[in-house]
Amino acid sequence: MSDTKSRPATVLSVRDLSIDARTPSGLKRILDGISFDLAAGETLCLAGESGSGKSVTSLAIMGLLPKASLRVASGEIRLGDTDLLRLSEKAMRQVRGGDVAMIFQEPMTSLNPVMTVGTQLMEAIREHQDAANAEDVAKHMLDAVHITDPARRMTQYPHELSGGMRQRVMIAMALSCRPKVLIADEPTTALDVTVQAQILKLMRELKQEFGTSIVMITHDMGVVAEMADRVVIMQNGKTVEQGDVMDIFHRPSVTYTRELLAAVPRLGTYAGTDEPPRISSAPIRPPFPKPVLEVSDLTVTYGGKSGWFGRGAEVPPTVKGISFRLEAGQTLGLVGESGSGKSTTGKAVLGLIPFKGTVRIDGQDIAGLSARAMQPIRRTAQMIFQDPYASLDPRMSVGAAIAEPLVIHKIGNASERRDRVAALLKRVGLTPDAAERYPHEFSGGQRQRICIARALALEPKLIIADESVAALDVSVRARVLDLMLELQEQMGLAYLFISHDMAVIEKMAHSVAVMRGGELVEMGTRRQVFEEQRNEYTRKLIGAVPIPDPEVYRRVAAG
Amino acid sequence: MLSVFLKRLIQSALILFGVAAITFVLLYALPADPARMLAGRSATAQTVANIRHELGLDQPLLVQFMHYIGGLVQGDLGRSYAQKTEVITLIAARLPATLTLMAAGILIEVVIGVTLGTLAALNRGKFIDRAVMTTAFVGVSAPQFVVALLLLYVFAATLGWFPMSGYGTLSHVVLPAATLGILGAGWYARMVRSAVVDVLNQDYVRTARAKGLSQRRIILRHVLPNAVLPIIAMIGIDIGQFMGGVVVVEAVYGWPGIGQLAWQAIQQVDIPIIMGVTLTSALAIIIGNLVADFLAPVIDPRIRSN
Repeated sequence: MSDTKSRPATVLSVRDLSIDARTPSGLKRILDGISFDLAAGETLCLAGESGSGKSVTSLAIMGLLPKASLRVASGEIRLGDTDLLRLSEKAMRQVRGGDVAMIFQEPMTSLNPVMTVGTQLMEAIREHQDAANAEDVAKHMLDAVHITDPARRMTQYPHELSGGMRQRVMIAMALSCRPKVLIADEPTTALDVTVQAQILKLMRELKQEFGTSIVMITHDMGVVAEMADRVVIMQNGKTVEQGDVMDIFHRPSVTYTRELLAAVPRLGTYAGTDEPPRISSAPIRPPFPKPVLEVSDLTVTYGGKSGWFGRGAEVPPTVKGISFRLEAGQTLGLVGESGSGKSTTGKAVLGLIPFKGTVRIDGQDIAGLSARAMQPIRRTAQMIFQDPYASLDPRMSVGAAIAEPLVIHKIGNASERRDRVAALLKRVGLTPDAAERYPHEFSGGQRQRICIARALALEPKLIIADESVAALDVSVRARVLDLMLELQEQMGLAYLFISHDMAVIEKMAHSVAVMRGGELVEMGTRRQVFEEQRNEYTRKLIGAVPIPDPEVYRRVAAG
Repeated sequence: MLSVFLKRLIQSALILFGVAAITFVLLYALPADPARMLAGRSATAQTVANIRHELGLDQPLLVQFMHYIGGLVQGDLGRSYAQKTEVITLIAARLPATLTLMAAGILIEVVIGVTLGTLAALNRGKFIDRAVMTTAFVGVSAPQFVVALLLLYVFAATLGWFPMSGYGTLSHVVLPAATLGILGAGWYARMVRSAVVDVLNQDYVRTARAKGLSQRRIILRHVLPNAVLPIIAMIGIDIGQFMGGVVVVEAVYGWPGIGQLAWQAIQQVDIPIIMGVTLTSALAIIIGNLVADFLAPVIDPRIRSN
């Protein structure tokens, strides 16, 4: 183990840190005796699934725990010789942004919308160092994070910059006072994969240039493999395992670590196959001649209609004349970065937004249909959304939520519906007594199963799944994907599977369509898209996906 | 930008026309007869008929309305029945007093409201929060004449800090403006509190903390500028509220503004003045909203670039 080798001096040391949450039923321990050391020049990744306590740890280091709900029960956080937990608020302010700086997950909302980028940068600089040359330092920092034309960017407002640019500004701000420690809490999770690759590269460069040690918090084992020197695996507020990145990935000593790594989707896992992995032993249905979904020349333009003040300006279409078809029992993976028009396509296909072109669901053209005429077609096509927390009514019992489509379509009487709900719950791997309970009693993965059960209630032929597993932890995600595959095998469902995640698409899709800027840049079988990589943009997308293996990554990075 | 402004202008003219039409019909539907009021109790039927003819009140309603609108587009609000003076002259003479009162009132409500609302938000769930919210509730609920009498009793009659009534010096403004402002301050305190609570939970406030900024700077530079954005639009709507309050407050404090003018006119069924004051109020509300709309992009860069 690397701990036995001589290591550089420790910059930050967390010892036996425990944190309690104040709940109506008393204190509840959410962080239990965490210890780790950060050596100079090192990148340490805190990795784990939601609820593991990794973000709370980072907020504790920054002294930013919300006092009303959380309190430090015991432990030390040593920066050099100082215990940060014993500093006064005034002294802690010197540390914050000075010796220890932080960047956050949400670049879109982490900058003040009514203040220029320059002002926000200079504010941080003036707080901790000589104020006279703050403007020069700010420009220099923007230059360091590779933002072109720093002088002009200084006068811009956050909304004028893209997500990747904003995260660069956040990094510039954090590093402007040359902190000893940079805490990065899921810094690339909200970014597109190609932008993520750029930001990770930038962070590696700047670590060298500024001599900063990094504590990186992430749920993404691919990011861990690319960034970490050492890894701390966390679960339910405890450290499960820690060690050198190579040891963790290749010689994990704890079962949880092994399971976590096994659940990580790896691009290329399904190379050489023409269809998704089989889950059940249901016989594969012969291809049916009539497609379930036929889209031709679909164009969607937002905001082009005349408004209160007369005609709006001409807006370029979000989806530009795309065509594809989907047969029963098949999955078309629709992949692309944010703004590519993939979600818009999904909504248009269900007639949820106005469009031009032809969309045939089960042979019937839905263009221009009234809501009433559309209703029988909605039985055929259903949607599963990204956020299982927001897509269930918190005041409706799970049974009522699943039965609602049946009620709307006037199917069955009360007792028949109850039986249907019970059968549907069993089908998605939940017990029938779940019907009596409410959404908040379920985990994210269970809620997504409930959403799937609701979508299945009307026995649809087509399901549009828009980023349906993006909000789930990897281990949960793998199980929900398996469930969807199983349902497809047994019920002959067709999926339009929309995702930004190449590995998920590779697992789920029979054929793949790659979207960019509202256009289909490539469409083909999974083999053609992932293995032949004929299209340059597809190649770039695939190349940007982090490789969840530190050894392979280092080999690739070295050329 | 210019075309948006033009459209708003046309809209405003239409709104004014609508207000004029509705007020006109309502006033002429009143059972009170202005000609009889002018003629006096002992006048003969012939005298009343003569006066009615003189004022043009014997013509069909539509003709009268067209006549009024015809004058209106030329900036003519007609002549007062009782005072035999151009309405526009009467209003112009009294407008400065009312505008002073309103400006002072808005200043008081915004300053008190924003301060108390922010204090409450920063001390959420604590004593200060509850005290502020209770006070705000009382402020919102208390009728203006009660507030006016209370202020008069405490600060004029008992303490003698301010004059009972009158017009002319700064100290004359304080009590009537406070009466107007206290109601609004209650509303503002509640709105600002929820806006500040909302902004305090925003990611960029966490960023500001992570930079090591002082609490003072975080509140003044990051929280308040974002929290007051929704308040700006409120001020435009508020002017309508104020116009209603002005009539009561000016009557109580003997403030020589258009509220008092309206009050006298109502008693005398002096229809041209009532019309004139109503239209002036409508115009004030329209201008208030226009200003708020055009101020929003100045303060919020996101609206600016749309």
